[in-house]
Amino acid sequence: MSVDLMPMLPELFLLTATCILLIVDVFAKDFDRLQTYRLAQLSLLITGVIVIAQFPDLQYHLYQRHFILDPMAATVKVSVIALTMIAMMFARPYILQRPILRGEYFILHLFAVIGMMVLAGGGSLLTLYLGLELLSLSLYALVAMHRHSTLSSEAAVKYFVMGAIASGFLLYGMSMVYGVTGKIHITDIAQYLETAEASLTLRFGLVFMVVAMAFKFGAVPFQMWVPDVYHGAPTSVTAFIASAPKIAAFALVIRILGYGFEKVLIDWQGMLIIMATLSIVIGNLVALAQDNIKRLLAYSAIAHVGYFLLGIIAGNGVGYSAAFFYIITYAIMSLGGFGCLIYLAKGKQEVSLISDLKGLGQRNPWGGLLISFLFLSMAGLPPFVGFWAKLEVIRAVLEANLVWLAILAAAMSIVGLFYYLKVVKVIFFDPPEAETKVKAERGLRLALGITGVTVVALGLFPAQLLEVCRQAFQYL
Amino acid sequence: MSLTHYLMVSAILFAISVIGIIINRKNVITLLMCIELMLLAVNTNFIAFSRYLNDEVGQIFVFFILTVAAAEAAIGLAILVVLFRSNKDIDVEELRELKG
Repeated sequence: MSVDLMPMLPELFLLTATCILLIVDVFAKDFDRLQTYRLAQLSLLITGVIVIAQFPDLQYHLYQRHFILDPMAATVKVSVIALTMIAMMFARPYILQRPILRGEYFILHLFAVIGMMVLAGGGSLLTLYLGLELLSLSLYALVAMHRHSTLSSEAAVKYFVMGAIASGFLLYGMSMVYGVTGKIHITDIAQYLETAEASLTLRFGLVFMVVAMAFKFGAVPFQMWVPDVYHGAPTSVTAFIASAPKIAAFALVIRILGYGFEKVLIDWQGMLIIMATLSIVIGNLVALAQDNIKRLLAYSAIAHVGYFLLGIIAGNGVGYSAAFFYIITYAIMSLGGFGCLIYLAKGKQEVSLISDLKGLGQRNPWGGLLISFLFLSMAGLPPFVGFWAKLEVIRAVLEANLVWLAILAAAMSIVGLFYYLKVVKVIFFDPPEAETKVKAERGLRLALGITGVTVVALGLFPAQLLEVCRQAFQYL
Repeated sequence: MSLTHYLMVSAILFAISVIGIIINRKNVITLLMCIELMLLAVNTNFIAFSRYLNDEVGQIFVFFILTVAAAEAAIGLAILVVLFRSNKDIDVEELRELKG
C-alpha cells in the first residue's frame, strides 16, 4: 500500500530541514550563528512557499483522518510562518548582544512552527495533543534561554508548571470524551453528537478541555502566568510567544469546539461568555495600573484574548472568521509592539518602564511614529487594522443577540484607549531625558517597518484578509 | 472490579496531583512529581476506557502520552537546573520577583 505524502510535504520538509540544521549548527564555525539564522529563515521561506503552492480549495481528511488539509489550516500555517520569520528578524540583533546567542534558539523556533503546523492540521484529539505539546515544549525551553537571568528562569518555571497543568487538564478531558464516544477523531465526535444526547460525562470532559484551552490562551481566570512570563522572558522570546502561538491556539479551539462540539454550542458558549467578559474587564482595568511596559502589553494581551473570544462565542462561520481576522491582526500588532521594545533597547539595557520611552518622537521621529501606529491599532482607532478587527467581532456578537456583551466590549475598549494613548503621549509630548539617537540594525528596522506598514495597509484595505478568513470557514 | 472503580482511582490520583500543585509551598521538584501523577491519572483513565470499550485506540494514545511525559519531565528538570544555578534555591516561595 502506498501512501501519498504530498499533502504533508510542508511539515515533512520543515522537519527534515530542522534536523539537518541541528547537525549543521554543531559543526558551524562562525561565532555569530549567521549561517544557522540564514538557513532557518530559508527553510521557513521554502515551507511557506510549499504551503501556498498547495493551498487547498476543499477540505481533505487524510491519513486515517488524523490530518486535515483545508483553507483554514493553510491560512494558519502561512501566517504562523510569516510571523515566525519576522520574530526571528527581531530576535537576531537582540540575542547577539546577550548570552542567549545559540543555534538552538532558531532551531527551537522551527520546532515550535512544526508543532503549530501539526496543530493547525490536526484531525483527531491525538494529533492536536501532539502538535500542542511540540509547540509548548519548545516555548518552555525558549523562555529559559537566558540562563543567567533570575527573571528568565523564574518565568520559565511558572510557564512550565502552568502549561503542564493545562496539558493535564486537556488530556483528562480528552480521556472522558474518548470514554463516552469511543472515538478520538473530531469528525466522529461530531457525528456521535448528531445522534446521541451529550451525557454528563461528556460535558465534564468538555469543561476540562475548555479550561485547558483558556489556560493556553491566558483568558481570565486562568491568566496568572501571562504577565509573569511576558515580563520575565527575554523580549525577543516574548515577541514570539505573544504572536504566532495565539493563532495556533485559535486553530485548536476551532477544531475542538467549532468542528467537534458544534452541536453542544449551548454548553461551552456560557463558559466562554464568562471568560470573555472577565478577560476584557480585568485585562483592561489592570493594564491601567502598570508602569512596566511589558506587563502593560501582557494585560493588553489578556484583554485582546477576551475580544477574540467574542467571535468564538457567536458560534457560527461569521463569528469564527471574525475571530480569525482578530487573532491574525492582533498577532501582527503584538509582534510589532514587542519588536519596538527590542528596537529601543540600548545595548544590554532593556526598556522596562513606560517612562523610558520619553521623548522618543524627538529622538527618532520615524521609530516613534511606527510605535504609535502599533499602539493606536491595538487600541482600535479607525485608520488602523485593530479597528476593523474589533468591529467584526462586536458585529458577530450582535448577530448572536448578545447585545449587553457588545456594549460591554465597546465600553471597555474606551477604557483601553486610555493606557495606549498614555504611551503615545509619553513618546511624543514628554521631553527626552537623554539625547542619544536610537541606532538599530537593518534587519530590525526592516522587520519593524513590515509590521508597522502591514498594520496601516490592512487598516486601509482590510477586505482581502477578511475574504481569506471567510473562505477558511466555508465548510463549517 | 468495574469501570467505575478504575475511574474513581484515576479521579483520586488527578485530585491529589491538583491539590499537590496548589498547596505545595516547598520546592519545585514536588511540582514536577505532581505533574507526572496527573498524566498517570489520565493514562489510567484511557486504559480503563480502552478495556471497557474493547478498542485499542486508547492504549495507543497512552503510549504517546508516556513519550510526551518523558520529554516534558526532561524539559522540566532542565529548567529546574537553570533555576537552581541562577537562584541557588528551588523553593516555590522564593519565586516572587515577578509580580504586579
